[in-house]
Amino acid sequence: MVEEEGVRVVRCGGSELNFRRAVFSADSKYIFCVSGDYIKVYSTATEECVHILQGHRNLVTGIQLNPNNHLQLYSCSFDGTIKLWDYIDGILIKTFRVGCELHALFTLSCAEDSVFVTINKEKPDVFQLASVKLPKSSSQEIEAKELSFVLDYVNQSPKCIAFGNEGEYVAAVRDFYLSVYFFKKKTTTRFTLSSSRNKKHARNNFTCVACHPKEDCIATGHKDGKIRLWRNFDDEKKYTYTCLHWHHDLVMDLAFSVTGSSLLSGGRESVLVEWREAAEKNKEFLPRLGATIEHISVSPAGDLFCTSHSDNKITIIHRNLEASAVIQGLVKDRSILTGLMIDPRTKALVLNGKPGHLQFYSLQSDKQLYNLDIIQQEYINDSGLIQIELTKAAFGCYGNWLATVEQRQEKETELELQMKLWMYNKKTQGFVLNTKVNMPHEDHITALCFCNAEKSENSTLVTASKDGHFKVWILTDDSDIYKKAVGWTCDFVGSYHKYQATHCCFSEDGSLLAVSFEEIVTIWDSETWELKCTFCQRAGKIRHLCFGRLTCSKYLLGVSENGILCCWNLLSCALEWSTKLNVRVMEPDPNSENIAAVAQSSVGSDLFVFKPSEPRPLYIQKNICREEVLWGVFVPRDVPESFTSEDYQWLNRSQFYFLTKSQSLLTFSTQSPEEKLTPTSKQLLAEESLPTTPFYFLLGKHRQQQQNEKLNEALENELVQLPLTENIPAISELLRTPAHVLPSASFLCSLFVNSLLLSKETKSAEENPDDVDMEEEKESDDSDEESNFTEKIQDINNTDLEEDVIHQLSKSEEKELKKFRKVDYSWIAAL
Amino acid sequence: MGEFNVHRVRFFNYVPSGIRCVAYNNQSNRLAVSRTDGTVEIYNLSANYFQEKFFPGHESRATEALCWAKGQRLFSAGLNGEIIEYDLQELTIKYAVDAFGGPIWSMAASPSGSQLLVGCEDGSVKLFQITPDRIQFERNFDRQKSRILSLSWHPAGTHVAAGCIDYISVFDAKSGSAIGKMLVDRQYMGVSKRKCIIWGVAFLSDGTVISVDSAGKVQIWDSATGTLVKNHLVSNADVQSIAVSDQEDSFVVGTAEGTVFHFQLVSVTSSSSEKQWVRTKPFQHHTHDVRAVAHSPTALISGGTDTHLVIRPLMEKVEVKNYDAALRKITFPHRRLVSCAKKKQLLLFQFAHHLELWRLGSTVATGKNGDTLPLSKNADHLLHLKTKGPENIICSSISPCGGWIACSTASRFFLYRLNYEHDNISLQRVSKMPVFLRSALQILFSEDSTKLFVASNQRSLHVIRLLEGGFKHLHTFQPQSGPVQSACLLAVSPDGAWLAASGAAAGVLVYSVRRLKLHCTVPAYNFPVTALGIAPNTNNLVIAHSDQQVFEYSIPDKQYTEWSRAVQKQGFHHLWLQRDTPITHISFHPKRPMHILLHDTYMFCLIDKSLPLPNDKTLLYNPLPPTNESDVIRRRTAHAFKISKKYKPLLFVDLLDEKTLVAVERPLDDIVAQLPPPIKKKKFGT
Repeated sequence: MVEEEGVRVVRCGGSELNFRRAVFSADSKYIFCVSGDYIKVYSTATEECVHILQGHRNLVTGIQLNPNNHLQLYSCSFDGTIKLWDYIDGILIKTFRVGCELHALFTLSCAEDSVFVTINKEKPDVFQLASVKLPKSSSQEIEAKELSFVLDYVNQSPKCIAFGNEGEYVAAVRDFYLSVYFFKKKTTTRFTLSSSRNKKHARNNFTCVACHPKEDCIATGHKDGKIRLWRNFDDEKKYTYTCLHWHHDLVMDLAFSVTGSSLLSGGRESVLVEWREAAEKNKEFLPRLGATIEHISVSPAGDLFCTSHSDNKITIIHRNLEASAVIQGLVKDRSILTGLMIDPRTKALVLNGKPGHLQFYSLQSDKQLYNLDIIQQEYINDSGLIQIELTKAAFGCYGNWLATVEQRQEKETELELQMKLWMYNKKTQGFVLNTKVNMPHEDHITALCFCNAEKSENSTLVTASKDGHFKVWILTDDSDIYKKAVGWTCDFVGSYHKYQATHCCFSEDGSLLAVSFEEIVTIWDSETWELKCTFCQRAGKIRHLCFGRLTCSKYLLGVSENGILCCWNLLSCALEWSTKLNVRVMEPDPNSENIAAVAQSSVGSDLFVFKPSEPRPLYIQKNICREEVLWGVFVPRDVPESFTSEDYQWLNRSQFYFLTKSQSLLTFSTQSPEEKLTPTSKQLLAEESLPTTPFYFLLGKHRQQQQNEKLNEALENELVQLPLTENIPAISELLRTPAHVLPSASFLCSLFVNSLLLSKETKSAEENPDDVDMEEEKESDDSDEESNFTEKIQDINNTDLEEDVIHQLSKSEEKELKKFRKVDYSWIAAL
Repeated sequence: MGEFNVHRVRFFNYVPSGIRCVAYNNQSNRLAVSRTDGTVEIYNLSANYFQEKFFPGHESRATEALCWAKGQRLFSAGLNGEIIEYDLQELTIKYAVDAFGGPIWSMAASPSGSQLLVGCEDGSVKLFQITPDRIQFERNFDRQKSRILSLSWHPAGTHVAAGCIDYISVFDAKSGSAIGKMLVDRQYMGVSKRKCIIWGVAFLSDGTVISVDSAGKVQIWDSATGTLVKNHLVSNADVQSIAVSDQEDSFVVGTAEGTVFHFQLVSVTSSSSEKQWVRTKPFQHHTHDVRAVAHSPTALISGGTDTHLVIRPLMEKVEVKNYDAALRKITFPHRRLVSCAKKKQLLLFQFAHHLELWRLGSTVATGKNGDTLPLSKNADHLLHLKTKGPENIICSSISPCGGWIACSTASRFFLYRLNYEHDNISLQRVSKMPVFLRSALQILFSEDSTKLFVASNQRSLHVIRLLEGGFKHLHTFQPQSGPVQSACLLAVSPDGAWLAASGAAAGVLVYSVRRLKLHCTVPAYNFPVTALGIAPNTNNLVIAHSDQQVFEYSIPDKQYTEWSRAVQKQGFHHLWLQRDTPITHISFHPKRPMHILLHDTYMFCLIDKSLPLPNDKTLLYNPLPPTNESDVIRRRTAHAFKISKKYKPLLFVDLLDEKTLVAVERPLDDIVAQLPPPIKKKKFGT
């Protein structure tokens, strides 16, 4: 990561939650999952993310609870470190440097000071399981270079390695082998299944392994959907296994329940199967989980299971096989055909989600808001089946209308095409299907655009198609005697010399429509649908068109396939300028004249931000990423930033997000978005950990008072934003500090009560505690920046703070508290 | 091999009857199998699972239980309420004792072998004392309310577990009083069935009782406390049979769905001594109910309604890769059911209760090798000969001229004279058979149809001259002393001078028919004889044994021939020795004395003694050499064994004349089509 001042490309959430098995905390309150370079801590009850543990500099590849202290979490990463976290407080306790890429992590309660990792030496496909001795030291960063190999030639995936019977043996599977290493005897037994040479057993490959927690029993999953239960595996001759077969496709993951009484399995059928007492006839199902089950994990308390799905979802399931919570990230299951859009209402990012769905994804909270089922057909998961695909979507009229196009092509001549128009229903707060048009065009629809002019009295939609036509659809009255209704009908069909229409675009005011017919751009009057003029540059098929905005509305930009970017002046009907640039994505900023273009070069993608009126770009960043950028979008900011530097001005009003070919969602930022996220979540955690005691109500009331105070003062003095919640750090410090390092309660009591006593101007003391929550929420929203601010001040200048605090806490008391804060807690880490 | 016109016969509608019981004898390593028609077969597991003896069935004797006692004594009991002991020497029924308890459903011999226990329809369990020549009723156990379907002794002989309907009773063997009762849940997958039938119980030495029932459960009980320890639901249909190994570390159950499940006693963890029963491997070798299972030290044996006897070896118990290490499926009896009148092109098929005589079709067309020729005249069903009485036919034969048919049941011998007048056929039974011809084990006509050789169950051999209107008893060869090794086989030389008979432990006996005395004895061999044949001209006796060895013995010289010695010196090809089924018939080419034709169920082979023997490196099953190859290559690759696997399963192959071969096939699909439909199972993806 580059730490220098400037615009840099950052990953903005949406990373895979299903990369590794999720891990439950010992009390099943939290669930941990890897998410790119971070580890996310979710509450199992509320599905909210309570912490993001950040510190790794590369993909996190494994997490495990510390078996000796279940309040701590180990993680390993491709950056070659193992980190130990205190997940309740979100604190990094220790970093162990191993020095080579770590692919998986395993911990054992019997191996106290060592963990197991999968590493990759020499060859790219040869992985070893090694144990790493973690030296005891008080320092934060420790070198852990003492590796001892356990098993060679193991599979990269942690699903293919399992420890059994409290660490007496480890089982690893790869291809057609099951190897079991016994730690005590130091022997390896290996079992081989008949391999692909025999056609009947071609799909015998092992896919995953799990060990029974109490008995000497290994369960292995196979590509043909069978589960084998191995016993007597300490004898290479007398070993025996039994088969369980329900899955028809490969078994993705297996897990034993805590007591070992049941075995859980899942696969592409997206059905969780519970095999009770490992009997073929005694099985329970949890069907319709939505997508392929990739991982299964079981909470140590035994009350919860969770399944990670291929659509970036984690489902938390009760012991009685009832799904209780869903943690949904950005769905990245399939190719994104619709591109990136912004829902004008929710400001959510909209793109293809689950098969046949549009997903609405909140960029701020890195969370999927909801899925809109567009195709409304049962999805049948079968390879080789040609599915209906949602290819185009567009929002119109401030999010009141949504147009979608779906298609399915079995053979060259059999195209099934459907356009659907959805109206936003305010009552249900969702989109309702209004009009369905079968075969709106004879051939593929290449572009879809609404007229978003403010003045336009009737809504207009234009579709361009490969059949050489563009069609104008307008909203008309469709009322009859039974009901009042509106519907969309075709108003005009335009064409130009039988060329294929490749793109279409409305001008900002909606007066002009530009439609590109292969190499030619045609301009139409949107009132009369008259052809006004044509531009032809003979520079190849036009791939993308867009009108300039605001002051630049007289310009039309076009991108051709030969890598020419042209700008036409609509007043003079002449080419203003053109340049050779292999533009992949061109997106206008809705809030300014700026246009962002991402060009593909041989080494990577470059970003150009320019105004159509000026031939010189505003901002250039070379090599924003190595792969091809597929889609981009400007997201308007809620609160405009005020960058003065010329380089960042284009980021003032909107933020640019783009999606690469490997489907990582990236953005440009001067400040990483996670920095914004953390304070809130920390606050949330502090509040969540408050038990509902009398103190809690006291504190709640106290906060209310502060709120009132703040309001009052805000009224009095709107200009000066004073840090009014100075005493919050004191209390929250108290609350945040782990209980075992605090002095005795009696000692703190007087301090604490004193701090509460200070506010004497109580106005509304009779507020019932039900209101407290709401107030708190408000406050927490407001205090984001403030607490940030105060923390900074604390670091820089102690005297300042003391002065501020003075009217609420006596000096001596504050000092007393501070002493505790200054105490070196590093010894905790050594615990 | 040469080219032949082959009559491919598929109209022999033989359906073996289903297997009802299986009893394994550990001491002699023999397996007794009873079928639903009452036939009892003895397989010698040491001799490549050769079916060495059989007792013909009887309509009224539906066997329900079969057990070995005191080493070599075999008992069966059935729904007619009788306990039968078989005489394994005379191959007859020794005696039958009525138990007076209605139909008998179960029987178990005590571990010491001195007592026999039967469970009857009326709920009584009767204890019999086994005396050296009979059994004697001793005591009734406490009477139960329902029929006793299964019985098992505690290995110490102190207790007995009995499976009834809905519950299991535990008896004290000494007093005969019921000391425990374990109720079985009627529930089946949440649905309550009307009754839960305990099809099988097994008592283990630690007091554990394992039961299998009609609800598809395998349950493990503690008989001391009468509590259920573990319940394995293995099937949606009935679990019908159970067998425990002698070490009590594994057992096998058979279900009505045709699946056999293997259970093993496995330690829970490697460090602890605690052990538990786990279901390990399922085997699906049957299509229908598995009515009986047995557990030999190295294999799981199962049989059922689909008539197959399946021997599935336990790989972990098999030390070396030998004959025992492969899965065996025995479907057809190891004896001949077809005889052939070569001159008249007639085939005689033997069924359980009737004989069928067919005339082969003929053709005038000619074609290339591999062509199917159109028939100018279809095969004719000439005769359907039903025997009287409830007994099954033991053996039958048709004379080479087609003029005589002989067959025998356990108590009667029939001889018929056939007269052909153009297309009409008249049949005349030869009456007044002599008293000594009551029952025959094997019947053979001489090549010129003038003599009849009958091996009776008193182990004597009768020679009878056939006359136009009757017969004349010529001579009786008295039996040799010594135990009977297997059922008798006969062979006569084409010139009628020599008669060879096998079956005695002493070896194959060769008699001179002219001089009516014993000529010589071929030295005894460890494995039973499966087929005999005497070559024309040379009078060499060819003997096939169950371990797939073939010997050639010159009768005039009273010694093995040079070729036979050469074969023994070099040894047979390993693939030849690994074949599944025994050779059941040997015949010879009338013109080429160097050729021996023999067949088993899956191949027929022409041994050309003039060619070199194959060694282990040469291809045994070489395809017919393509005609375009040069003679040199053909000669180089050629070896003595010319094997055709084109026709299978084969019941009979013989040469009708120099150019014509008849092959009787019985496709397994045709047998399955005649069985009752199996339990319908949903198959995924259909």
